[in-house]
Amino acid sequence: MSEGYLVDLALVLSAVLFAIGVGGVLLRRNAIIVFMCVELMLNAVNLSFVAFSRVHGIDGQIVVFFVISVAAAEAAVGLALILAIFRHYQSVDLELFRRLRW
Amino acid sequence: MIEFFFFLFAAMAVLSAIFMVTQVNPVASVLYLVVTFFSLSGLFVILDAHFIAAVQIIVYAGAIMVLFLFVIMLLNLGSTQPSDIRRGLGRVLAGSVAVALVAIFARLFMADGDVDGLGGPSALDSLLESSGAVAAVAEPLFTRYLVAFEVTSILLVVAIVGAVVLARKRAP
Repeated sequence: MSEGYLVDLALVLSAVLFAIGVGGVLLRRNAIIVFMCVELMLNAVNLSFVAFSRVHGIDGQIVVFFVISVAAAEAAVGLALILAIFRHYQSVDLELFRRLRW
Repeated sequence: MIEFFFFLFAAMAVLSAIFMVTQVNPVASVLYLVVTFFSLSGLFVILDAHFIAAVQIIVYAGAIMVLFLFVIMLLNLGSTQPSDIRRGLGRVLAGSVAVALVAIFARLFMADGDVDGLGGPSALDSLLESSGAVAAVAEPLFTRYLVAFEVTSILLVVAIVGAVVLARKRAP
C-alpha cells in the first residue's frame, strides 16, 4: 500500500478524536474532565500536524513541540484555577459557576 | 504489518477516548486518557515522528496526566460523586454536535481529499536517514524557530508563577 494512505487515515482519526473531544466538553459538567477533553482535542490536532509533516517537511513536528509546551503551561494554570474555584464552591461542577453569566 | 499496528493504535485511541468521555469516575477517565496518549504516541512513531512520540509520553502521559490525577485526588473527587454527565437535551446536543463535526470534516475531506502530494512518499525519509530523529527536529528548532523557542520558555515561567499565585492559600 502507498505511504499516503496512512496520512489519509491519520487525518480521519484526528477528525474523529477532535469530535469526541468536542462532544465530551458539551457532555460533562465536571471541570476537570472538560479540561481533559480540551487536551484530547489538542492531541487530535497534533496528530494531523504530524501527518502533514510527512508530506510537507519537518516544520509540522516543530509546531507539535510548541503545542505540547503550551498545553503543559495551560494545564498548570488551569488546574490552579480549578483548585482556587474548588476552595470557594467546594465543587468542580460547571453548572455552579454562573456568576458571570447574567 | 505497519497497517495492522496503525489500525490497532487507532482503535485503541478512539475506544479509550470514548471511554474517557463516558466514565463517571474521574480517575478512570484520566487512566483512559493516558491510554489514548500512549496509542497516539505509537501512531507518531508510525508517522516518522520519533522524537515527538518520546516527548508525548514524557510530557503528556508522564507529567500532565499525573498533574490531573494529583488534583483529582487532592480534591477527593472519587467514585462517591454523583454522575456529572448531562441528561436529556444536553446529551442529545453533545452527541449531535460531535456527529455534525465528523460530517463536516468528512465533507471537506471528500471535497479536496487529494491535497498536494498527499499520496506521495514520506518527505522525511531522507532527512531522518541523514541526521537522525532528534537532530532533524533540533536543527530547525534552534535556528529558524529560535525566537519562538525563547518566547515559549518565558511563557512557561509565567505559567509557573501564575499557577503558584492562583493556587496559594490566602491568609484569612
